[in-house]
Amino acid sequence: MKTLITLTVNGTEHELAIEPNRTLLDVLRYDLELTGTKKGCDVGECGSCTVILNGKPVNACLVLAIQANGAEIITIEGLKPPQGLHPLQQAFVEKGAIQCGFCSPGMLLSASSLLKQNPNPTEEEIRTALSGNLCRCTGYQKIVEAIQSVAKGEER
Amino acid sequence: MSDYSTVNSRAPRVDAPAKATGSAVYIDDIRLPGMLFGAMLHSPLAHARILNIDASRAKRLPGVKCVVTSEDAGLVKYGVSPARYDETVFCQDKVRYVGDEVAAVAAVDLETALEALSLIEVEYEELPAVLTLEEAMAEGAPVVHDEYPRNIGAQVHQEFGDVEAALAECDVVRTDTFRNKRQDGAFIEPQGCIAEYDANGNLTLRSSTQSPHYVQRTIAMVLGIPIGKLRVVKPYVGGGFGPKVAANAMEMAACLMSMKTGKPVKMNFTREEVFLHSRARHQFVHTLTTGAKKDGTILALKNECYLEGGAYSSFGIATIYYAGSLLGGPYRLANMKYDAYRIYTNKPACGAQRGHGGVIARAAWEQQLDRIAEEIGMDPVELRLKNMMEAGDISCNDLKMNSLGMRECIEAVRDGSGWKEKKGRLPKGKGIGMACGFFVSGAGFPIYRSETYHATVSIHVSEDGGTVHVYTASAEIGQGSDTAFAMIAAETIGIPLDSVRISSGDTEFGIDLGAYSSRQTLMTGHAVKEAAVDVGRQVLGVLARELKVDISELDIKDGLIVFKHGRVDYSHVRSRYNKEHRGWPGLAKGREPLTFQEAARIAYLARGTIIGKGKYKPAELGGTHKGAAVGTSPAYGCSAQVVEVSVDLETGRITVEKMTDAHDCGFAINRTSVEGQMQGSLSMGLGEAMLEEVKFDGKGRILNPNLAEYKIATSLDMPNVEPIIVESHEPYGPFGAKEVGEGAIMPTIPAILNAVYDATGIRFQELPLTPERVFMAIRAKKRESEQGANEQG
Repeated sequence: MKTLITLTVNGTEHELAIEPNRTLLDVLRYDLELTGTKKGCDVGECGSCTVILNGKPVNACLVLAIQANGAEIITIEGLKPPQGLHPLQQAFVEKGAIQCGFCSPGMLLSASSLLKQNPNPTEEEIRTALSGNLCRCTGYQKIVEAIQSVAKGEER
Repeated sequence: MSDYSTVNSRAPRVDAPAKATGSAVYIDDIRLPGMLFGAMLHSPLAHARILNIDASRAKRLPGVKCVVTSEDAGLVKYGVSPARYDETVFCQDKVRYVGDEVAAVAAVDLETALEALSLIEVEYEELPAVLTLEEAMAEGAPVVHDEYPRNIGAQVHQEFGDVEAALAECDVVRTDTFRNKRQDGAFIEPQGCIAEYDANGNLTLRSSTQSPHYVQRTIAMVLGIPIGKLRVVKPYVGGGFGPKVAANAMEMAACLMSMKTGKPVKMNFTREEVFLHSRARHQFVHTLTTGAKKDGTILALKNECYLEGGAYSSFGIATIYYAGSLLGGPYRLANMKYDAYRIYTNKPACGAQRGHGGVIARAAWEQQLDRIAEEIGMDPVELRLKNMMEAGDISCNDLKMNSLGMRECIEAVRDGSGWKEKKGRLPKGKGIGMACGFFVSGAGFPIYRSETYHATVSIHVSEDGGTVHVYTASAEIGQGSDTAFAMIAAETIGIPLDSVRISSGDTEFGIDLGAYSSRQTLMTGHAVKEAAVDVGRQVLGVLARELKVDISELDIKDGLIVFKHGRVDYSHVRSRYNKEHRGWPGLAKGREPLTFQEAARIAYLARGTIIGKGKYKPAELGGTHKGAAVGTSPAYGCSAQVVEVSVDLETGRITVEKMTDAHDCGFAINRTSVEGQMQGSLSMGLGEAMLEEVKFDGKGRILNPNLAEYKIATSLDMPNVEPIIVESHEPYGPFGAKEVGEGAIMPTIPAILNAVYDATGIRFQELPLTPERVFMAIRAKKRESEQGANEQG
């Protein structure tokens, strides 16, 4: 039995009829075709499906879509302003924080969520905020440096 | 910093904006019209005879379009090395590990495909399984492959010099045994693929592979498809590190089911299936005997190694050779003996992973070298400086170091870490350790015996002359190869980076052996450079005729034509260009410098589409002994690291506090990317040293096939790394470049081990250094010293 839900994703309201066992991740990726949100494990371990749900970063694979009924969701596609890149995206590009890129959308959303709550985080606070987002390529350092550069408002 | 306009800079990666905005397309982001969804049926048993497979109920399930088993796929054997083709797409007679592939289903959606899998009835006769090296090698043990008695799938015996005679001359001789645990690749993107068979009988396979070429060849052979009708395309790939190099059964199942149904078939591994497929780092047990003189000169090394290989060979033939050939260097060692055995077990097959074959050998040896240094009272840094190879040296196993910045690396980490102030002076529980390593810049030979080019590249110039487009079949898997090649093309032609586009990872774009053995920067880089030179020569050739000057008078720099000896009248070239682009904004005017774009347009008008071609294969390489093909390379990168740790002596918890890493990459095409490879390598090494272990139960089932219980380094485990780039200008590398992607991992584990010893006085001969293992060792040592004190008292 499908259930009717409403999701506001990146400012656009979507009415969806979905099976109750579908995850928010699958609905975002396969129904709304917002494939920037990645599926790395599907069980809440890698963080590559991180989205912002009502202001908080969550693993979209651990949220049933019906639980998100009525929620405001921001995905990586919503982080980018109409022109150019978000400062964090720009910093990730310039500081070499991206290699394979599979963790990058989740990393960016965790980082943007951190900076909203704590505009001047310490390195330890940044590392803690990213600790649910696994990266096998970078060793994390350039990601941390990119976030620090945005927090410090470095010229770009 | 350099005379170059583009290479050696920190240019942002060409793929970064797409990846930062979520618009980069990975395999699971692709959806094709009418696409079916496939799933694989895996063996639940580690070792069993297949008595019967009944798929009739699965076939009858509404929505199921195709069910395939070995009857449909055939029994052509494949693998990685032709010497050990030991796999078929699906098992026919028996299954050899929990996860072995038995059947596959394609259905209208994934749920239906999974339900169909549960309806396939397989009758097994369970056989006794061998799960460890000891079990597999025991007298009368069950045999995984009938052709390989005692489960010895491969063995290597090599001797260079005379080890026994040299050992007799040594003042210090040590023998130590070291073992690691199986590692998983743990790339964040699980493997996936989509096969699409069209009405003309052409098959396109999109796959998250590291080597479209090897996948194409393997599938063509196994499924009997002409190479020319099988295209393999790699979209963006979310990391590989080795396990994604070889063709896998899922890719072949998807191809087969697409051919049978005429529909595209999509298949993905779950995270659990990534662990089941494995093809990652082996378990190695190395027993090393090293002898040295009192003055620190290392004279001999005896290396005996057992590799727990799992049920199939995969890359294991290369692995077993690398586990021998990547020792010796980077030190001047005249006598080396290697005896190794790769053992089949009823577990997932191991294969290649970053630092292929050499990582554990390196960990074992570099720790042993520290023990020898201690015995003879020599600083570990001095021991290495005394023995290290230099440019021009040839190792006893015929590896020629045409460039080698080993001294620069060692001195850089010694000075950069404050080694002299810290070594031997840190408080209890704190420690500092160092180690070195080296690695190939590409395998000197393809994995199948062939005289093939290792890379062919073409560069097409757009008709307006404004953009050049590099086509290569090489594989961007996150390491930054697309960016490196775009930079090489831009620099070589003499145009800005943003005038270069690159398309890669498609077998239609040429031959390229792919992303493994740290080969692409050097090998594909050469081919890109040659193609770019060809473009420049063609454009300038036409221009020279047009302007009636000698071609040697002309050059291209920063997108402009350079006249080496004064001005030439090119107004007619400009007016031709401008006449053809009437109304276009931004045209060059009057006496403004002549642009490459204008010249390239003239060249197009004279010759048709300008296409530059490049190719590469290594020149003759050294070594005539059996196995010389594994380890020989046109060039070798090298590195040194210093690691500082603190160990909680109450809980056994180790914190890696700082890492100083110097790597000789010959020449950094992109400095940021080189650092990224260094930091990423260290992170994987730290994970393997401290956290990572694929665990099995007594039935051969993986206990931790997930990223929660199989732990890789998180942002809280990895310290900051001070990356120091050393550039030794490799004569056989494009612009002097050689590897960084794998060599950088070599010193990490032993540097950590040596630092932990410095902190605790304990030598660990088994990985990983979990708090439990460290705690138990600290307790045992405490008891020992208490007992000693009691006995004395």
